[in-house]
Amino acid sequence: MKPNMVKVGFLRGGLEIKQFMRQRESVVFTLLFPVILLFIFGSVFKGQVGQSNVTFSQYFLSGMIASGLVNTGFQQLAIMIPIERDFGTLKRLRGTPISPVSYFIGKMILVFTAMIVQITALLVFGVAFFGLNLPTTIDKWFRFIWLILLGSICSAILGIAFSAVPKNGRGASAVVSPIVIILQFFSGVFFVFSDLPTWMQQFAALFPLKWLTQGMRSVFLPDGFAAQEVAKSWEISRIAIVLIIWAIAGTILALRSFKWSEK
Amino acid sequence: MANDLAISVQGLTKVYQSKGSGEKRAVDGIDLEVKVGEIFAILGPNGAGKTTTVEILEGYRGRDGGEVRVLGQDPANLGNESWAWRNKIGIVLQSTNDSQDLSVAETVHHFANYYSNPRDPESVIHEVGLEEKADARIQSLSGGQRRRLDVALGIVGNPEILFLDEPTTGFDPEARRAFWDLIRKLRGEGTTILLTTHYLDEAEALADRVAVIVDGKIIEVSTPENFGGRNTAKARINWFENGSRQELASDSPTAEVAKLAARFNGEVPELTVVRPSLEDIYLKMIGNS
Repeated sequence: MKPNMVKVGFLRGGLEIKQFMRQRESVVFTLLFPVILLFIFGSVFKGQVGQSNVTFSQYFLSGMIASGLVNTGFQQLAIMIPIERDFGTLKRLRGTPISPVSYFIGKMILVFTAMIVQITALLVFGVAFFGLNLPTTIDKWFRFIWLILLGSICSAILGIAFSAVPKNGRGASAVVSPIVIILQFFSGVFFVFSDLPTWMQQFAALFPLKWLTQGMRSVFLPDGFAAQEVAKSWEISRIAIVLIIWAIAGTILALRSFKWSEK
Repeated sequence: MANDLAISVQGLTKVYQSKGSGEKRAVDGIDLEVKVGEIFAILGPNGAGKTTTVEILEGYRGRDGGEVRVLGQDPANLGNESWAWRNKIGIVLQSTNDSQDLSVAETVHHFANYYSNPRDPESVIHEVGLEEKADARIQSLSGGQRRRLDVALGIVGNPEILFLDEPTTGFDPEARRAFWDLIRKLRGEGTTILLTTHYLDEAEALADRVAVIVDGKIIEVSTPENFGGRNTAKARINWFENGSRQELASDSPTAEVAKLAARFNGEVPELTVVRPSLEDIYLKMIGNS
């Protein structure tokens, strides 16, 4: 009987997680890097954002969680898949009856797991050392969960789509990382978004990270802070729409552009 | 098409556009028939078109002309049959370097999940002689062990056809013998095997039939015994006389040796009688074309 595509996808997910956990560098990078960034920004920028009673650490926590989704999804996959292409992993898979969909599911599971671990580390560290406040209402936790779900699907599928761009594994990091870093600066991860020049805000609004970051602020900052946003509102439904559009576009792109091998 | 053909190829061509020098016909009108259950070897120098041909048969590459059927399907146009076809094919690629952080057992067990009727992963690991390395990480394997893992992954799906692209490159002699035994055993179980190699002894030891590809063309297909008219070629008789080596080519070497024995009245100094080796014929063949 033909093995179930979804079941094989989950088996691949388990294998991906096993491989991930065995690469100590990647585990440390994924877990510690956002925590270190939070530590640096939290230590350098003391005090409150603008006229509000929101601390800079609380503001950056939202940004770090949002960009964590981009790191574990988009960045990780767009670098890892070209390396797998170089190593022959994909060529071997293509010679078997496995469906690309199973492969995608496996990657999604990897991204999702890495992300849960990363977010947990950020929250625990933030609460323990920077006195961060966690959301207090069911509403906000619910929003937090769908933002994570939608954000990681969007990020992972765009990572798979973008993996066709780097010519080989060695160059992948040099192509992908600058894009992510620039988007982080433009999207209000490292700076207060409303302080950025208008052209930068408008450019960032084309991409999902800005919306994810804004969504995370709506979860972690008090409702009153919405007045300090560029749109004077959290724009929750717009966030959902933008992320869904990117997820659909990403899926179409990934199915069209995904390459099992270099040629 | 006859049902006893596992692979049939007519007029296969593949053209690569190369910068500067225009186009290169990597495969230039190849005809090929591989029967169900046979071991068929493709020999040829590097760059002759062996891997390109095999990768077209495996469905990795498209073609520019000709007809190809592998298990009754066109590998370039599988449509909805893709899964069913791949389920019956086993592929051992030329070189791979993947899954470094997994163990042998984890990898073989995992790949078995892709197929509808896999072999038992444990017995596959045993068959390729990796049971002692079953729990070792792949990155710790030697080149030969790594290759045997590749074979394990190629056969775990219980394929009807197994493609082996230069499977024993880098093996020590003992590992090659063990590998050949494994391939013969698979043939014994009814698996059709298409093998590329540039080792003549490998083709001679394993293959039922051998094809030679040079510059994208097949210049000979025969059994190893009859290769290049080897069975009817003259034998060369060599001996030492009058301070130098003497040589004679003959269709009746036994009679010639008897004559020599009579002339020397006993032992002929440094006598050898040889039939041309597969290698002699092969080198002459690819040198001429």
